[in-house]
Amino acid sequence: MRLLPSGSTAVLVEVDDLDAVLALYAALQATPPAGVVDIVPAARTVLLITDPAITSLNDVARAVRSRSLDDRQQPDRELIELPVTYDGADLDDVGRQLGCDTGEVVRRHTEQQWTVAFCGFAPGFGYLVSDDGGWDVSRRSSPRTKVPAGAVALAGEFTGVYPRESPGGWQIIGRTQVSVFDLCRDPPALFRPGTRVRFAEAGRQ
Amino acid sequence: MSAALTVLATGPLTTVQDGGRPGKAALGIGRSGAADRRAFALANRLLGNDPGAAVLEVTMGGLSLRAEHHVTVATTGARCSGTAPHNAPYAVEVGERVDLGAPAAGFRTYVAVRGGIAVTAVLGSRSTDTLADLGPSVVCSGDVLPVGDLVSTMPGVDVAPVREPESGEVLLRVLAGPRLDWFDQDAWSDLTSHPFVVSSQSNRIGLQLEGFTSSRVRSDELPSEGLVRGAVQIPPSGVAVLFLADHPVTGGYPVVGYVHDDDVDLCAQLRPGQALRFRPVRS
Repeated sequence: MRLLPSGSTAVLVEVDDLDAVLALYAALQATPPAGVVDIVPAARTVLLITDPAITSLNDVARAVRSRSLDDRQQPDRELIELPVTYDGADLDDVGRQLGCDTGEVVRRHTEQQWTVAFCGFAPGFGYLVSDDGGWDVSRRSSPRTKVPAGAVALAGEFTGVYPRESPGGWQIIGRTQVSVFDLCRDPPALFRPGTRVRFAEAGRQ
Repeated sequence: MSAALTVLATGPLTTVQDGGRPGKAALGIGRSGAADRRAFALANRLLGNDPGAAVLEVTMGGLSLRAEHHVTVATTGARCSGTAPHNAPYAVEVGERVDLGAPAAGFRTYVAVRGGIAVTAVLGSRSTDTLADLGPSVVCSGDVLPVGDLVSTMPGVDVAPVREPESGEVLLRVLAGPRLDWFDQDAWSDLTSHPFVVSSQSNRIGLQLEGFTSSRVRSDELPSEGLVRGAVQIPPSGVAVLFLADHPVTGGYPVVGYVHDDDVDLCAQLRPGQALRFRPVRS
């Protein structure tokens, strides 16, 4: 792991791959170093935000370096099933990119189990990776100014669900009625790092 | 019956703010909160408020309130023209008004009331996150703001002689950022050797700064990574963004420097057209 400077209150840890992110995040969550007030996983990094009144960046750096990345055990997380209507505008394009028909895209999306690797971009937006891999989808060359809430989409190795209407450049393959971010619900966010997700074709059991 | 304040006018932008939503970035929820944390904290201390009590963050003055009950208020941050005291607690009687003119220097004024602004909290905070659109709506003329009771003893301070925002070139301590090596070897001296002017496109998300000329030496995409306030990020346009309270939780453009966190409150008081200069320091 490389530790990169990230201001006077944070340390950015860069690792080799997403698996290493997940292992490091799990290790830090299990026993957070003293004075760390937030831990932000992303595709290749974990950011530790600290309270300078409680700890120094040197102490946090030392604590992080001592964490082992060997144990890739994930804590037990909830499994969420999302019904999806697969009628997205980009379903054909995705099929073309992956070299298969749209039925096969849907089959792969629904048969594989997905895990939330990290969140970002908007409250409740999770970047999900598939346990089996095999996804590498380019973003749209020009993003849409309006993607509806509940849109189920793909980009790179990830799938995601838009929590509310927003601009977006991901490839839309379907939509779900389930609200993945709802302030009236406790907890509001359905997705947090580690959450396991299965998609199912709506109307089928 | 609990107290209330009626909003008669708001100026260009008034929002409710408190300490924000720390600790939720892994859910994609940013901290938000008062852009000038020091001024926010002082306002609550002057009134014997709970440190987390919500206040009004007033951008370029213009706020006008009417007290519907006897209240005690304090303003901090940018000093607005008008007869009201500043950096000091004072009483406002039933039917009396608090009228803020425009500030001669600085950008954001904090208006606190003893007891706190008691609008409904969202995800544990009364802060308006203007990027994520979370929290109370922007304050509008005609709003009636309830006053809470999050108080302890008044500190017995008549006035706080704190340094007020300045109108000339402001010096900010800057540390090297995580992706400085994504730019050519002149990047650090480019960042630290000449002033930058705050553009009018600036807001609670960040200051936009024209004048960064160094070129990228890497053409690949940077996977998005976590960042905090004070980050100086260079998007493809070359117009640097200095992130403030409503920054995105992660960013996919390289961060070349970080303003020392203790100086970020100064950034929240910079006006469009004002100049800043980065002074390099080591962490």
